[in-house]
Amino acid sequence: MYARPRTIEEATRAMAAEGALAVCGGTDVYPAHVGRPLSRPLVDLSRIEGLRGIGDAGDVFRFGAATTWSDILRAPLPAAFDGLKAAAREVGSVQIQNRGTIAGNLCNASPAADGVPPLLSLDARVELAAQGGRRVLPLSAFITGYRRTALAPGEIVTAVLVPKPSPAARAGFVKLGARRYLVISILMAAAVVEKDAGGRILRAAVAVGAASPVAQRLPELEADLRGLAGTPSALVAPRHLLGLSPIDDVRATAAYRLEAALSAIGEALDMAAGAA
Amino acid sequence: MISFELNGTPVHCEAAPATRLSDVLRDHLNHKGTKSGCDAGDCGACTVLIDGEPACACLVPAAQAEAARITTVEGLKASPRGRLLQQAFLARGAAQCGICTPGMLVAALALLERAAQPTRHEIADALGGVLCRCTGYAKIIDAVEDAALGRIDTTPRPEQGHAVGARIARLDGVPKIAGTEAYGADAIPPDALWVRAIRSPHHRAGFRFGDIDGFIAAHPGVIRVLTAKDIPGRNIFGVIPPFADQPVFAEDEAHFRGEAVAALVGERSVIAALDLATFPVMWEEREPVLTIAAALDPAAPQLQARRPGNILVRGHVETGDVQAALNGGAVTVEGTFVTAFVEHAYIEPEAGWARRVGDRIEITASTQAPYMDRDDTAAIMGLAPEAIRIIPSACGGGFGSKLDLSVQPYVALAAWLTGRPAAMVYTRPESLQSTTKRHPAIMRSKMAATRDGQLLAMDFEGDFNTGAYSSWGPTVANRVPVHASGPYVVPNYRANTRAVLTHCVPSGAFRGFGVPQTVVAQEQMLDMLAERLGLDALDFRIRNALTDTAPTVTGQVMGDGVGIRDCFEALKPHWQALRRAAEDFNRTAKRVKRGVGVAGMFYGCGNTSLPNPSTIRLGLKPDGRLSLHQGAVDIGQGANTVIAQIAADAVGLPLALIDLVSPDTDLTPDCGKTSASRQTFVTGTAAERAGRALRHRLLRLANAGEGAMLSLEHGRLVVREDTVVRSVDLAALPRDAHGYVQCTEETFDPPTSPLDGHGQGKPYAVYGYGAHLAEVEVDTRLGRVRVLRIVAAHDVGRAINPILVEGQIEGGVAQGIGMALMEEFTPGRGENLHDYLIPTIGDVPPIESILVERASSAGPFGAKGIGEQALIPTAPAILNAIHHATGARLMQVPATPDRVLAALKARIA
Repeated sequence: MYARPRTIEEATRAMAAEGALAVCGGTDVYPAHVGRPLSRPLVDLSRIEGLRGIGDAGDVFRFGAATTWSDILRAPLPAAFDGLKAAAREVGSVQIQNRGTIAGNLCNASPAADGVPPLLSLDARVELAAQGGRRVLPLSAFITGYRRTALAPGEIVTAVLVPKPSPAARAGFVKLGARRYLVISILMAAAVVEKDAGGRILRAAVAVGAASPVAQRLPELEADLRGLAGTPSALVAPRHLLGLSPIDDVRATAAYRLEAALSAIGEALDMAAGAA
Repeated sequence: MISFELNGTPVHCEAAPATRLSDVLRDHLNHKGTKSGCDAGDCGACTVLIDGEPACACLVPAAQAEAARITTVEGLKASPRGRLLQQAFLARGAAQCGICTPGMLVAALALLERAAQPTRHEIADALGGVLCRCTGYAKIIDAVEDAALGRIDTTPRPEQGHAVGARIARLDGVPKIAGTEAYGADAIPPDALWVRAIRSPHHRAGFRFGDIDGFIAAHPGVIRVLTAKDIPGRNIFGVIPPFADQPVFAEDEAHFRGEAVAALVGERSVIAALDLATFPVMWEEREPVLTIAAALDPAAPQLQARRPGNILVRGHVETGDVQAALNGGAVTVEGTFVTAFVEHAYIEPEAGWARRVGDRIEITASTQAPYMDRDDTAAIMGLAPEAIRIIPSACGGGFGSKLDLSVQPYVALAAWLTGRPAAMVYTRPESLQSTTKRHPAIMRSKMAATRDGQLLAMDFEGDFNTGAYSSWGPTVANRVPVHASGPYVVPNYRANTRAVLTHCVPSGAFRGFGVPQTVVAQEQMLDMLAERLGLDALDFRIRNALTDTAPTVTGQVMGDGVGIRDCFEALKPHWQALRRAAEDFNRTAKRVKRGVGVAGMFYGCGNTSLPNPSTIRLGLKPDGRLSLHQGAVDIGQGANTVIAQIAADAVGLPLALIDLVSPDTDLTPDCGKTSASRQTFVTGTAAERAGRALRHRLLRLANAGEGAMLSLEHGRLVVREDTVVRSVDLAALPRDAHGYVQCTEETFDPPTSPLDGHGQGKPYAVYGYGAHLAEVEVDTRLGRVRVLRIVAAHDVGRAINPILVEGQIEGGVAQGIGMALMEEFTPGRGENLHDYLIPTIGDVPPIESILVERASSAGPFGAKGIGEQALIPTAPAILNAIHHATGARLMQVPATPDRVLAALKARIA
């Protein structure tokens, strides 16, 4: 089966097929089927009207599920989205950015997904649709584990919703990889910082990717940063990383990831705080 | 039915909607210019434009092409910018093997359509998604810049007698930039059966087949299942006949993950739709040995009964009295160095097809060694070598791994038994799992010098993980002891090596046969010694460099053409300026430190003390053109061009008169394998001899002396000597069996002598020499290393074609950067090109090539090899630069960020 729904309603109906797999950009589905047949029923979400594009929906920016990384790069968005844009630029290659979608990146649920840390730092929510109706989950509740999500059978992501950040908020993003292009992250850090008129941090959001099965916010660090007037990197300490659980893999050792996280978080924060 | 616009023309096809667009283009619409390198978006070879935007066609469902505007490499000729790009790629030498060229060209077209004059940085950003393993990217960036500026270099063909040394575009380049070159998977007959191997999922496993007949019956379209018992000849192959030990199909036990135990043969669509996991084979996983240490344990399982202790072979070279010299040396240093499995990562996975023609088999496949393929396949098939015809397809990168058999025995067997053409195309994971790698090494070394900086002694022990079968393990074990001294005078020397069998994928030949590993030890040890002695690292090398009259560690005195000192001297101005600049930079820099390192190398061209002849046939056709039977496989390095240049000048006729007869065991005499940096030297010398012999005959035809000028005009041979002009009507001359009016065939086998029990003798007739300087930046907080610049000086004797020599250097440097900083294959992990990383266009810095020409009397027009030499010094130059920047010594490559950071910490501790 290869369904080409035009509406979300048609899509959710098609997704009810046993074992159905959603495909849009194809940048994760096809690499998972090298040398083996793609025999599951496929539901191609690329032609659903209104599923692609970024819109102003009152108190949130609405990123349609089929919005590509290139779309994000070209969109006029407030400065708080600069981290997301920096991540978009690092997703695979131009070829991948032109096809790969924001929702696909979340549904693939790789610990090293480039889009997740910046979206976490922006308090993104995920809008889901199934035949029974729609629901919205915080991104942190949507990705439930290593390559696991809260998607129920037959359910699809329809949008990513990002609360409108303060115009004063700024972002930073750091990706460590072992080469320049087309590289899976060893570690990522994303930060959004909002300061008051006096230069003190009103609010900071920090997320780290590829250092635990699911990218994580660092609430203790965020709390410590509140009210800070100086350079945020100076404050980042190993105790802030206790929630991380990096592993040894082909890209780096766990010990390195912790060490690098300290540095990358500081760098992303300084970028966001204008102290870099 | 899917309809879209392909290069401006509406097309319709019946492909299933989930079919990869790359397969639709190639298989349904016969547009083979789009290449499939990984099917995972990792290599970018399949880049096409969809409504003007680059995409990897392998990731696009056919259904999404509906109503789209698709541009492929075949469409470039319709656009002015596309044509300019093609011309620039050809003129600059931006296509070597050419397999990435379609993807590069298409990605570049998208860039030029939106940015008329992009910066080099923008070019890199636009091409960052296409991997190239040959060129080092520099000439690709140059070409895109040229195309943007409309600045195409149209150097005219060289004048008669001046082909050697000319910067001419490769003679076989047009199909590469047009997308019409036929690689292993590109000319498979549409009715061919498809072959897929069933491979071991375990490093070591016993196995038992279930109901194979039942499986065939249950899968209409599966025609046969091949196993060891179907092999008519011997179920053994190997590149070195006395060591041959690898089965086509494992029997009883699989010795490495990825080893074939059976193969399915059937209709293509049926085979493609099969889930191989349903094939009836029961595995019994057994405890493997994967490392050198584990294999050498006396209690370890033994890989092969005839190789006790899991030692495949030992190598040994010794001269002087090492122990006494080490004891008496004023200054000694020692260290243990570790290197990894490195994957060749050519962008073209193994592919080919065979057909039965009467009692013969014709195999068209991607290879570096047609005659070796012929002989080994013949033995497997139980046929005479003449019953096998090998027609090498264009080769989309080899670097040593396509010397070994891959698809050949499977397609031969399938075609032979079924009577139908049979094809096999490896997936990227299959290629990574089952084809040879660079040997991981553990090397322990001690070196001693006098206080005034004279090298006294070196004691080297190296163990090399050779995997489950011999492949080129013996060559590595024998080449390394000859080269572990580096290009220096070391009067007291001992090198012992072992190739150790493990349950890993076989290690084989990879650009340098073990020497790139060796220099990681030796060139760092030299720096350690220089530091202890308080000497400048470059001066120390110059002081100890080999000369025309000093003996190598095998006691060989070259007599001429030893250019290593010249290479070091050529680097000196850069060295002094850049070292100073780095030290100045570091005085104020905090987090990022700069360093500059140097490393040297020498490398013997051709087989080690073993015969490796090449034979060239050169015929004059009645129409006044020359046929060059050029059997040296051009895997991108440029043999088709270089050998023709040599032949043209040797005969004394214009290069434009030469028609190439490409490698084919029915049409071209044996030019040996494309490896060991031997084709320019060995086949080049055969071409020079054939050319001179033909010249001699043509002069004799006209009764003219050696100084006469030859020309071929309107079917006549015209010979001018002083004021006398003689002319011969070629059509009137008798023709030989090949249809030639004159023909010569000349053979060259380099003069070497066997090595004695202490490894003394003349293993090579000529060596190539070189030295690299690397400038790096180290982020001391994250351990990241960025190479800022490479200056590479190589003594090539004579640069037959400087563009191609630079191409070899730039490509070698890129592979050296990969080996130094990122490349490590772990069997069973990361069998794809997103976990196994090779340098992208953003990882290779500007490279300055300095060509030194110290002619060797042994080579054609003085030339020496450059293919492997180019890669060897890069990694240690980078490692020495890291040390200069930070004081940290990397004893293990690749120097990934985690290892660099650990070394930085060890330094502080």
